[in-house]
Amino acid sequence: MKKTYANKGSDWYAKGVKSVEEKWELLPAFLQVKGLVKQHLDSFNYFVNVDIKAILAANSLVVSDMSPNHFIRYLDIHVMKPMRVEGGSNTMVTPMECRLTDSTYSAAILVDIEYTAEDKIKRMKGVPIGKLPIMLRSELCWLNAMGKTEKDLARMGECPLDPGGYFVVKGTEKVILVQEQLSKNRIIVMADSKKDVVTAEVTSSTHDRVVKTYVTTKSGRLYLRHNSFKELIPIVIALKAMGITSDKEIIQLLCGTDERYQEAFGVSLEEAAKNKIFTRKQALEWIGVRTSQNQELAAPGTQKLTYSDIANQALAAMVLGHVPVRDMNFRPKCIYLATMARRVLMAMIDESMVDDRDYVGNKRLELAGQLLSLLFEDSFKTWNSEIKKSMDKLLEKKARTAFDASKLLLAGQGSITNAFVRSISTGNWSLKRFHVERAGVTHVLSRLSFIAALGMMTRISSQFEKTRKVSGPRALQPSQWGMLCPSDTPEGEACGLVKNLALMTHITTDVPEEPLIKLAFMLGVEDISLVTGNELYRPGVHLVQVNGTLIGVTHLARRFVDTFRKLRRAGRTSEFVSIYINHHHRMIYIASDGGRICRPMIIVEKQRSRVTSAHMRLLKEGKVTFDHFLRSGLVEYLDVNEENDSFIACYEHQIEEGTTHLEIEPFTILGAVAGLIPYPHHNQSPRNTYQCAMGKQAIGAIAYNQLNRIDTLLYLMTYPQQPMVKTKTIELVGYNRLPAGQNATVAVMSFSGYDIEDALIVNRASADRGFGRCHVLKKQTIPIRQFANGSSERLAFPLDPPRPEAYAWVDRADGIIAPGSHANQGDVLIHRETPVDTRGGSRSDTYKPTPIAHKLPEPTMIDKVLITEGDDGAMVKILTRQTRRPELGDKFSSRHGQKGVCGLIVPQEDMPFNDQGIVPDIIMNPHGFPSRMTVGKMIELLSGKAGVVSGALQYGTAFGGSKVVDMSKILIDKGFSYAGKDMLTSGITGQSLECYVYFGPIYYQKLKHMVMDKMHARPTGPRANLTRQPTEGRSKDGGLRLGEMERDCLIGYGATQLLLERLMISSDAFETQVCEICGMLGYNQWCPMCKTGKGIIKLTIPYAAKLLIQELMGMNIMPRLCMEDTV
Amino acid sequence: MSRSNDDPRRQVQVLPERIGNVADSEFPGHYPGEDHSWNLQKFKKNLICSIQRLTPSTVEFDLVGVDASIANALRRVMIAEIPTVAIETVYVWNNTSIMQDEVLCHRLGLIPLKIDPRELVYKKSANSAPHDRDTVVFDLRVRCDKKDGSKGETDPKKMYHDSNVYTGMLQWQVNEDQRKRMGGEAPRPVDPDILLVKLRPGQMVDMHCFANKGTGADHAKFSPVATASYRLLPHIKLRGPIPEEHQEKFQKCFVPGVIAIKEDEYGSPQVVVENPRKDTVSREVLRHKEFEGLVELSRIRDHFLYNVESAGQYRPEELIPEAIDILLKKISDVEVGLDKLFEDDATAA
Repeated sequence: MKKTYANKGSDWYAKGVKSVEEKWELLPAFLQVKGLVKQHLDSFNYFVNVDIKAILAANSLVVSDMSPNHFIRYLDIHVMKPMRVEGGSNTMVTPMECRLTDSTYSAAILVDIEYTAEDKIKRMKGVPIGKLPIMLRSELCWLNAMGKTEKDLARMGECPLDPGGYFVVKGTEKVILVQEQLSKNRIIVMADSKKDVVTAEVTSSTHDRVVKTYVTTKSGRLYLRHNSFKELIPIVIALKAMGITSDKEIIQLLCGTDERYQEAFGVSLEEAAKNKIFTRKQALEWIGVRTSQNQELAAPGTQKLTYSDIANQALAAMVLGHVPVRDMNFRPKCIYLATMARRVLMAMIDESMVDDRDYVGNKRLELAGQLLSLLFEDSFKTWNSEIKKSMDKLLEKKARTAFDASKLLLAGQGSITNAFVRSISTGNWSLKRFHVERAGVTHVLSRLSFIAALGMMTRISSQFEKTRKVSGPRALQPSQWGMLCPSDTPEGEACGLVKNLALMTHITTDVPEEPLIKLAFMLGVEDISLVTGNELYRPGVHLVQVNGTLIGVTHLARRFVDTFRKLRRAGRTSEFVSIYINHHHRMIYIASDGGRICRPMIIVEKQRSRVTSAHMRLLKEGKVTFDHFLRSGLVEYLDVNEENDSFIACYEHQIEEGTTHLEIEPFTILGAVAGLIPYPHHNQSPRNTYQCAMGKQAIGAIAYNQLNRIDTLLYLMTYPQQPMVKTKTIELVGYNRLPAGQNATVAVMSFSGYDIEDALIVNRASADRGFGRCHVLKKQTIPIRQFANGSSERLAFPLDPPRPEAYAWVDRADGIIAPGSHANQGDVLIHRETPVDTRGGSRSDTYKPTPIAHKLPEPTMIDKVLITEGDDGAMVKILTRQTRRPELGDKFSSRHGQKGVCGLIVPQEDMPFNDQGIVPDIIMNPHGFPSRMTVGKMIELLSGKAGVVSGALQYGTAFGGSKVVDMSKILIDKGFSYAGKDMLTSGITGQSLECYVYFGPIYYQKLKHMVMDKMHARPTGPRANLTRQPTEGRSKDGGLRLGEMERDCLIGYGATQLLLERLMISSDAFETQVCEICGMLGYNQWCPMCKTGKGIIKLTIPYAAKLLIQELMGMNIMPRLCMEDTV
Repeated sequence: MSRSNDDPRRQVQVLPERIGNVADSEFPGHYPGEDHSWNLQKFKKNLICSIQRLTPSTVEFDLVGVDASIANALRRVMIAEIPTVAIETVYVWNNTSIMQDEVLCHRLGLIPLKIDPRELVYKKSANSAPHDRDTVVFDLRVRCDKKDGSKGETDPKKMYHDSNVYTGMLQWQVNEDQRKRMGGEAPRPVDPDILLVKLRPGQMVDMHCFANKGTGADHAKFSPVATASYRLLPHIKLRGPIPEEHQEKFQKCFVPGVIAIKEDEYGSPQVVVENPRKDTVSREVLRHKEFEGLVELSRIRDHFLYNVESAGQYRPEELIPEAIDILLKKISDVEVGLDKLFEDDATAA
């Protein structure tokens, strides 16, 4: 590396060798086929098309215990498109309808069955068993992009830029976040250096169960650890129990011919001999005694098993459950266990052989499809058992009517539907069979801004506990490169645990492995069952693993891998199959399982990029798509593990001897959210992370259908602008079409002192003309309830309104406020009347008014009124709207993690102006720069200014973008200073400012935190019922708490009267009476204890104290108040 | 012109990293032996005001010989204190367009109206009843409909009637008294083709707009100027001859027209300052080593090059006198106040 750089001077690169022009054009081509949320859609489509059928096949037969010849057999399963049955005909249900009516966007699951009806076997097609919520834009969704134009989408009320990939459940948009997990069925070796323990761990996951198996060390000896066994099983005994009784063979399987391994393993061999275990039978019995009894394997009713049977069963089914044992052939499992043990030995001898759990290649991502399939499997099994129960019940009766199994299916509707709706809307995934109890799997899709919604679709949450203080899982992993965004992660407790996908990634779904195994054998892999221990570790021999299962060995590893890759590039296997050699393990890993992150890369052969300019030209002309590139072997997907086995050049001029691949475009290492930042490579890295958090709070345009949506809370900007300095990512995700911010002319200077601590000075004329103006739309849902006795609430205009002024805008006809009217606090939105009697058997005609009024202090406009019927009955939705101009204390931020509040709004004539008469919209204090080191912001200003004066938009794409020298050149040509600094005149004195001021446009975002929503004060107001203390919180017009620390200050200062006033008089002072004789509370000048009124005196105490005294009395404790005169 | 632009006291220094001598130093008592007390004769002699360029919308003029505070006061008054008439209250009878009522009203407010503000008085208070002396009323009633025979057409303008609402569609509610006072000219928006909102078939807006008199200090919509600013006259002093090989580069450091290359009496080309007024003071020349010490940039402190662009309510040349009137009125108000103050003092004593 060093040599190549040294030889070729910098201008050698500048001149540029002939390179593939605009290879980045592959990225839009990729996004066109894949999209940003393709991983969700693929996963859901896989579930609906493949997985659901596999689950059905595994649970296809329901037989009655009562009469075994009565059964239901499922033949096939389909999921329909979302439909509504209306008057006998089916009509399409669109997602927008579901959002507005609070219903679920779901489609029927239909099964084909074969069943017994009396003596005949009948068949039936299309029997519904429940409804499945449909992921938006998946194959089953009406919005599926195939052939749908923007116009078609608009007709369905949908935004063409909306990514989809979420569900609409009960009217709310729910996302199933991608879950990150340690990969299943792979050996992971860990070491505890303190305890000198090395452990190899495998989580075996099959359709039946998930179990963990460990091989661990204890004082230098190897043991097998598993939940089925009460204690550690020496590895040699375990191997002997599985049929390898010869010590020599054990040594060969574990250590090969390497003496270091043999030496380290010696003690383990001795232990078995010490325990006098030599034969298989002895070993099985030894293990059987130590096997936990309470196993599901021991079926009730059968006779008692012998110890060796118990051990045999446990070893076959529980230990390393994913390695199949066919016909009691333990050979593959033995070799697998031996491999695990060997890995432990390797790590014992050489510490660097320990695996890294945080390595992205050891991770798998679980997506919506997998989670839904778990849920479906669980609920389908429950449903089947329910059906079986009712079958049994029916068949039990002697005088039964004609038996028809299909009726059972139709009768039992609802349980599957409910399971889906409940799980998705609460986010609780409780699966009894897998003992999974996961909360927070789903989240409400954030619609604060377009980018917030988009960012949510690429989010990955980790299963790792947030409270643990380990830095490893949170740290940036080198293997994250290109797969996960290095910038986009939250601050605080979830830092580094919540991640986001990079721009050009794909998550795989399962690919069947049988053809791969066959292919491997055809390419010369020798079957593992036919290999002796002696052959296993000969030099040059590599083991071959497919999805964590050992299948064989090969002598020609390199050639095997190369041929395999050639076949993949030729399209003979799925493009998502990965193959790579691990030279340390001397193992070839082939992976086809789902959940691996991978990304496309240009293939390099003989130091030449396979993609040439000619290819790019064809792509630009629209003659080929990304898939053509894939199929013709120009581009291929690499997952993290295979990437690690490749030699990848970032730029074409870096290709050298041995280079295998070429990056498509470096800026794709960032995600969609970080991609909005101009010149991020010039910023201090935490600033980019801050911006990633803040970009999601920016007010802007949300979607093309934003004005038709009725959301709980919606922030919209009146005049959003696309940024002057954009990035390629911005264009690709559509941020320029749904922007969230405005290009403000910024002067970087100090002004008036109201700009310290990041405060901004805003030009009043700019605000007058619409800068930073936004709308706040809030929803109120008013249900029109129906009661058990048949009565229901009604809407009407009251005959004589109690406060006529509050009803000024209420419609006479229906009692609902008119859209477009102006509601102040207390104005009635809806006059609803509730029946007095809602429970009694008979309906009554008396109603009591239950009007709903506008609660907030700020006046608001009525934007929309929707009267509709959803899944849970009729309701009225009222959308209120406020338009806000920027005010003191509103929060703004640039795209570089530089937030600030508006500190002062200055009249235009007081603002400084430049020679052209341009007045800044915002003045920013220069102290914001030195410590933050956001050089990107400065360059953004420069590029923006150059763009403005030359009439073009500039690019600030990461690792590229418009160059500073070019920008300065434009400025000079247009008569500006090359540095972007202008000569300003003070608007107050009229004299020139004594310094040049950095002056130009910067894209500013208005953030959702606005003073109007937070401002709060109260002189006196409502009190809590129980304690009579002031209520808490702005929404309840609460008091401001004088907390413990404030109290401590007053105590320390000795301000007793102030303390008394704050804590009692202004809070919950209560005048009570106390009997001086007994010290108990009295009332009405009477002590009920002493039966006299003689000793009664008045006393003011906090009501809370009075409450305490009475509660103590309730617990049979007598608190006495002993009075004493103050001196 | 009495004083030379080369007088260093009149120059604001344009240095590479800062600006020097920003403030005027000629005030009484600063220079020993010089009398700088204010003198009307001297002021009159030094004051120059000349119009450089006048178009229907803009005026560029020079003001020489006044202090920055006076020049700035004129600018400030133009922006914030010259009254104009703009729509202030809107009754929305119907608005089925996509635009929210407030936003449409805000846009209506920002329309410059061609109404002579001198013929109207300020409204007494925000709630007082409108009168034709203080309020001009406009109606905006537009409805979009489909055009017949527009099949296959995709351009909304051809497909629909009135798909775009322009300022020209604002209709003045005729009031003959007002017309008379305005000199027979009907009130109207300055520009008839500002797009207010777009409509689609079936949508309509029906609004009743009340325009009042106000000032830019109250809201930017009342400001009669789009830009009202000034810059100081650039001054370029060559301290030595520029070598011939650098002359072109030197010329390129300035906007075209500032520097000329002319032959001197010996026939060799020399750099001369042709028109410093055109210079944008980009300081590009200060960046280059070869010109170090050869050129001195500065600006003339009391030579203001004004650029005033009217928003349309006034003709541009009216704005300055209008501003001066207001300024004089303010001064006389202060005068009256001061007189009163001293009067009180005198009586108290």
